Amino acid sequence: MPATAAKTVFDDVETLKRELIRCMKCGNCMSACPIYNVEKKESSVARGKIALGEAILDDKINIDDEILVKLIFNCLVCKSCMMACPSGVRFDRIILGLRAAIARKKGIPFVKKALFGLLKNPELFDKGMKAFAAMQGFFLTKEGEKARAPRGFLRQFGKRFDKDFVLPELSKESFRDRVSEVIDVENSQATAVFFTGCSVNYFYPDVGEDLLFVLRKNKVKSITPKQQNCCGMPVMVHGDIETARELAKKNLDIFEKTAGQYIVTVCGSCGSALKHEYPIILEGTEYEEKAKKWAERVYDISTFLLKVIKFEPPKGKVELKVTYHDSCHLKKSMKVFNEPRQLLKMIPGVTLVEMKKPDACCGSGGSYHLTHADTALKIAKAKVEDIKATGADAVCTGCPACMMELFEGLHRWQGDCKVLHTVNLLAQAYKKEEG
Amino acid sequence: MIDKTFIDKCKNIFGPENVLTDKAELISYSYDATPGIPREIPGVVVFPENTKQVQELVILARQTKTPIYPRGAGTSLSGGPVPLSKGVVIGFQRMNRIIEIDPDNLTATVQPGVVVAELNNAVAKYGLLYPPDPGSMATATVGGTVAENAGGLRGLKYGVTKHYIMGMEVVMPTGEIFRFGGKTVKNVTAYDFTHLFVGSEGTLGIVTEIICKLIPAPKYRKSMIAFFSKLEDAGKTVTDIVRNHVIPATLEIMDKVTIQTVENYAKVGLPTDVEALLLIEVDGMGQDSVLWEAEKCVEIIKQNNGTYKIAETDAERDSLWAARRAALPALAQVKPATILEDATVPRTKLVDMLVAVQNIAKKYNLMIGTFGHAGDGNLHPTLLVDPMNKEEMERVHKAVDEIFEVALSLGGTLSGEHGIGVAKLKYLKNEIGRSGIETMRRIKQALDPDNILNPGKLVPMED
Ligand SMILES: Cc1cc2nc3c(=O)[nH]c(=O)nc-3n(C[C@H](O)[C@H](O)[C@H](O)COP(=O)(O)OP(=O)(O)OC[C@H]3O[C@@H](n4cnc5c(N)ncnc54)[C@H](O)[C@@H]3O)c2cc1C
Ligand code: SF4
Ligand code: SF4
Repeated sequence: MPATAAKTVFDDVETLKRELIRCMKCGNCMSACPIYNVEKKESSVARGKIALGEAILDDKINIDDEILVKLIFNCLVCKSCMMACPSGVRFDRIILGLRAAIARKKGIPFVKKALFGLLKNPELFDKGMKAFAAMQGFFLTKEGEKARAPRGFLRQFGKRFDKDFVLPELSKESFRDRVSEVIDVENSQATAVFFTGCSVNYFYPDVGEDLLFVLRKNKVKSITPKQQNCCGMPVMVHGDIETARELAKKNLDIFEKTAGQYIVTVCGSCGSALKHEYPIILEGTEYEEKAKKWAERVYDISTFLLKVIKFEPPKGKVELKVTYHDSCHLKKSMKVFNEPRQLLKMIPGVTLVEMKKPDACCGSGGSYHLTHADTALKIAKAKVEDIKATGADAVCTGCPACMMELFEGLHRWQGDCKVLHTVNLLAQAYKKEEG
Repeated sequence: MIDKTFIDKCKNIFGPENVLTDKAELISYSYDATPGIPREIPGVVVFPENTKQVQELVILARQTKTPIYPRGAGTSLSGGPVPLSKGVVIGFQRMNRIIEIDPDNLTATVQPGVVVAELNNAVAKYGLLYPPDPGSMATATVGGTVAENAGGLRGLKYGVTKHYIMGMEVVMPTGEIFRFGGKTVKNVTAYDFTHLFVGSEGTLGIVTEIICKLIPAPKYRKSMIAFFSKLEDAGKTVTDIVRNHVIPATLEIMDKVTIQTVENYAKVGLPTDVEALLLIEVDGMGQDSVLWEAEKCVEIIKQNNGTYKIAETDAERDSLWAARRAALPALAQVKPATILEDATVPRTKLVDMLVAVQNIAKKYNLMIGTFGHAGDGNLHPTLLVDPMNKEEMERVHKAVDEIFEVALSLGGTLSGEHGIGVAKLKYLKNEIGRSGIETMRRIKQALDPDNILNPGKLVPMED
């Protein structure tokens, strides 16, 4: 821990007390938690995990108790429980604080091992993922447009990699390697720094390209810093706060250099990391002020278009029946849910049909869908069934991690429905307009 | 007690995936929603899926003299499902099938783990309603609400859980399976077991199936909110409405502390200089009668110097209700913890009770916000506390004692809906007296001779 840092919930488990005490054990979170809904036991939901936190502080159980570690990692950090909580319990801090405490006690490698030990063969898995990009043709068979199903070989890594598993094709050249860092426009109305996030960079470069196109169409100058890093969320959720802090600081330094007015994101998790987590994890450090300053400038693309700049709606027609899935971090952390729908409705030809529970989690949770395949598959299946029931041609969302999960799920349970990012559709409409 | 043999037998009965034995798992079954009561970690948790498994567990527990603690969603506010003497927790959340909805007989037959809100969603498709609506209905189970005889916002007009239970299947503490009641509207065969088991807080039998009574869902409703600068005026409005033979579905009250806290937190546009507000909703099958009732309420509000807003659209209704929904969340923001009581008095003593609570708050220098179901005299004085402050907690305990004393002196009761459990056990004698306690003991001993079912709750076994 840097000498200047104050003790936060991520550094000292004792400081969690004041967060834990807010929980009145009312149980409201049960109605919202996707994991509880599948597993139907107390330890699956926020209330149970809070009780575990209390038991740690009361010395009733050791923080490195093997089962306790497993239970604390059985959480999507989707924040659904926080939406239902009458007490305003900041469960995100609690769960990440507990994970950080476990990581401090046992070390990051232990946590990774414990976590990925849930996959059948963790070391092989790690090597496999690295080799994956280079040799996907070898591992995967072509499954229609962009879908890649693993050959039998992958299955030994874990439950999720069964015959129905698919991934979007990894991009051969990363997104940031192939776009220009600065794209100027005539009479620009604003300058936006594009924080791409890893999924766009490696899996969904088309989302990135469409975003730049949409910005250009709206006379916004874009800066896509090549050196930007991962937002830090994936390491943070595994309790590795130090790495998350390092990444955060590096990213803030890069933002400072760009002198951009705004930061635009297309990923709910990246956006909420920059907007909400950075100020929290950097509390008490020399970066606190910087984190706060930039947090205020972070916008999801939908809010940016509708609330920050003068938006020029597309005139081209896209005949499509669309349903919208709320990414947990976009809705529950960034509180963005109206704007994407407004945008979709502004596209000529698009009809928006709502699914049953548009803000129910898709079950991705970063690596949760790999490490906790049984539960995640059940969560995803319910989501896919709700999507299918709408009869939509496409499901739109604001987060690439959700896109991957939905893509996989729709393939698995034979949903005849495309998965798109909201900016994909916007870009299509502008392109139609151009003819 | 619980040893390896016991656990192995549980695994045989329920299947290993339905038995929890790891300490970390068990810790999360050591509490319910009641603040300030002891916690205890159970020896094992089991999840039945059918009645036979429950029966086998009871027989096993009886042989080994192991206490059994039934548990629904664990939202009880009196300590009901807490495993005070360790033992086995039998959790019903996985025994949650709606067995049948019979729209012609107006019944639903359910397993105990069905969540109340889910039952309502299911019967809504038939235009029907299961009226008991505790604030916890999004999570609480039918089994738990039956065991607590839960009430809710609709209590005044539609009654509470006991009015909607037509029959049950119960596994007795001796291991027999006992079914009574059914789908008939009338049934006077044998004792009235519904009224014995509803509200028995899991101390007399384990409920494994429930036949619920449904009603046609009212088609029309009208909501309004009224503000009063004198508590007396609000109280008189409540009694006048009923005196004029209007029975609103909802008749909720909020005191000044609650109003100010809600406005501070949720900014729903409430005036903060008033002493009380009433949220009133009338409903029914005929538009004319609903309108007549609404007009009558407005007339009475005006006569009692109140100002009011009436909702014309669904959106406006939602915004009126937002105030009530925000009551508990808003109060919970003020201090680290809240203690929610449910002392209840006859409707005509409402104002006396409210004033008494305000005086108690002053006397012990505590913040107490009171809201609740004015129509049925069921108030929720909510004490805002910091459990880490020992000195304050002492004052809190004294204040709570006094609240109950006043409620009883006004001809009221210790609990309108949350039950006795462990939280109010020490006050029980003040209400039902020595003979009442003896009668309860005799019933308990007759049905549960080994005292294995939820021991330590509701029935004080020692003086
Ligand atoms: C925010 C909040 C709001 C609330 N609002 C209300 C309200 O408006 N009105 C109201 O009445 N209550 C209210 N309550 C209290 C609580 O929700 C009710 O008491 C409810 O009935 C408990 O149901 P449960 O499924 O959680 O049962 P639990 O809390 O798990 O158990 C309650 C009791 O039932 C027993 N039990 C459970 N299942 C069975 C079974 N199958 N057979 C036999 N015994 C069983 C248990 O042993 C225990 O004694 C509220 C609670 C909270 C936290
Ligand atoms: S963050 Fe999501 S998965 Fe975790 S406890 Fe809350 S609702 Fe459940
Ligand atoms: S909803 Fe909030 S206060 Fe209630 S049990 Fe869950 S975390 Fe605790």
